[in-house]
Amino acid sequence: MSSRFRRIAVALRRSVLAPVLLVSGGALAQTTLLNVSYDVSRELYKDVNPAFAAAWKAQSGNTVTINQSHGGSSKQAGAVIGGLEADVITMNQSPDIDILVERGGLVAADWRKQFPHEATPYTTTSVFLVRKGNPKNIKDWDDLTKPGYQVIVPNPKTSGNGRYTYLAAWGYALDRTGSDAGARDFVGKLFANVPVLDGGGRGATTTFTQRDVGDVLVTFENEAILIAQELGSSKFDIVYPSLSIDAAAPVAVVHKVAARRGTEKVARAYLDFLFSPAGQEIIAKHDFRPRDASVLKKHAAKFPAIRTFTVEQKLGGWAAVQKTHFADGGLYDQIIRKR
Amino acid sequence: MSSAKTFRVLPGFRLTLGYTLIYLSLLILIPLAAVFLKTAELSWGEFIAVVTAPQVVATYKLSFGASLLAAAINAVFGLLLAWALVRYSFPGKKLVDALVDLPFALPTAVAGIALTALYAKNGWLGQYLEPLGIKVAFAPLGVLVALVFIGLPFVVRTVQPILEDLDTELEEAAASLGAQRWQTFRYVLLPILLPALLTGFALAFARAVGEYGSVIFIAGNLPFVSEITPLMIITKLEQYDYRGATAIASVMLLFSFVLLLLINGLQAWTAKRTGRDR
Repeated sequence: MSSRFRRIAVALRRSVLAPVLLVSGGALAQTTLLNVSYDVSRELYKDVNPAFAAAWKAQSGNTVTINQSHGGSSKQAGAVIGGLEADVITMNQSPDIDILVERGGLVAADWRKQFPHEATPYTTTSVFLVRKGNPKNIKDWDDLTKPGYQVIVPNPKTSGNGRYTYLAAWGYALDRTGSDAGARDFVGKLFANVPVLDGGGRGATTTFTQRDVGDVLVTFENEAILIAQELGSSKFDIVYPSLSIDAAAPVAVVHKVAARRGTEKVARAYLDFLFSPAGQEIIAKHDFRPRDASVLKKHAAKFPAIRTFTVEQKLGGWAAVQKTHFADGGLYDQIIRKR
Repeated sequence: MSSAKTFRVLPGFRLTLGYTLIYLSLLILIPLAAVFLKTAELSWGEFIAVVTAPQVVATYKLSFGASLLAAAINAVFGLLLAWALVRYSFPGKKLVDALVDLPFALPTAVAGIALTALYAKNGWLGQYLEPLGIKVAFAPLGVLVALVFIGLPFVVRTVQPILEDLDTELEEAAASLGAQRWQTFRYVLLPILLPALLTGFALAFARAVGEYGSVIFIAGNLPFVSEITPLMIITKLEQYDYRGATAIASVMLLFSFVLLLLINGLQAWTAKRTGRDR
């Protein structure tokens, strides 16, 4: 009886100790970083990660493995708030990082100051994708408000892509009509032409390209270039409007998590790498507009010059935009009601 | 325990009841309580404002209306299918029987994408329907189609075992006593099948109300036209409005609970009237 008991005790102790040893052994051998990101950055970071790991090895002699997690950007930020152990967060609109400052102080309040260009390593912009030969002769935002035109846009309430489109149209209309009332009327007409509101950018792409719905898809430039590549430029043309929005993608270290896991240094280096010439080159390869002037110049054929404005310049910053446009009962809700 | 009256062949009353309570609490009661607790962070006025916003009310109409209609359609055609599967033998019957369960197994997003591809104006069916003015994909009708699809197995699988137990002698007896075909169905078969049919209806309805994945692809999601209530919840979540999301969720839960209670009451009533427990 007692020998049997001892055997059980030993077995128990082993089963408890074994995972502990495995975990500590793993921690000694290498560091891991978790990059929590939005949906369509999956391919970009798949290329960035090994390049950074190699650079980090050369620089510090240590090995680092970067894990990626992707999904709708607000959902991803929600997961981090809920306890997903992200060392860095890379998003496509700054409200999804600001929320981590607000809730639980996971990110430092001055995150915009910690990296160049307001902590945005690249930008993209909202452009038009039309059917080959542009049969409806769509040139600028005005054309999207004409009766009889169908415009495909993802839902601004659930998609960063849709939100930027809405704001781009608003900014254009502000210039054009000179008043908020005019802008409201203009954007209202545009959204009255939207026959389907998909949950995200990729869904809108499918509706436009596969289901053959709509005359024009308004989406991010990187998505438009990708569609032209994947589906053959024989079916679609990209049209650049006279003015669009500067959709900058922000990044930040999740300080609270990184400090606890002891990964602050490597997390910072990881995000710094995005701003380095090597990182910028990978970014350009993935159809995002790099910040580095010389890299941008090298890829000028892919990125025609376009006049853009930022949310801060024209619309009073993201906090104001959230409140007046996208909050419940805000301008977007009012426009949608009137359609 | 000592009483002879409550003696049972198999022991374990306390164990099973205790297990049932813990299991239900962990899986259902605690998560649902959390929904109501989070909702309670809103003041009564805020709560009313959120759940009666016109855009949200429009989604209740579509969600509950389409779910009831879909469950009704499934009750009729599910009964037909179960009848065919039980009463007749035909080549490929086993295959058809297995096909019925597919909507259970298929990821709902796949179902949604497949149905959308089928009914879009360039799809196999959509190209013939759209010229006739019947718009299925990106319209409220698409919501109904998706809900019918996912609800079908519930009715078939609840009615089937009852039909299998049902002797054809009953119908023969009715016929020999002079009942016409319709009378045999109406007064002999239907009363026996009705409780199971109602259970199937309730299950299909409950499933349809909560469905998100398949509907979202086919609906078009236009405010006031083709938005379902679960989409409203997701929309609130996307904006970090967790309290608003749980407020709508608790209204949905209450609605569904009352409706299911009514259906169960109806079922008990019909069972009692026909003198059968089930």
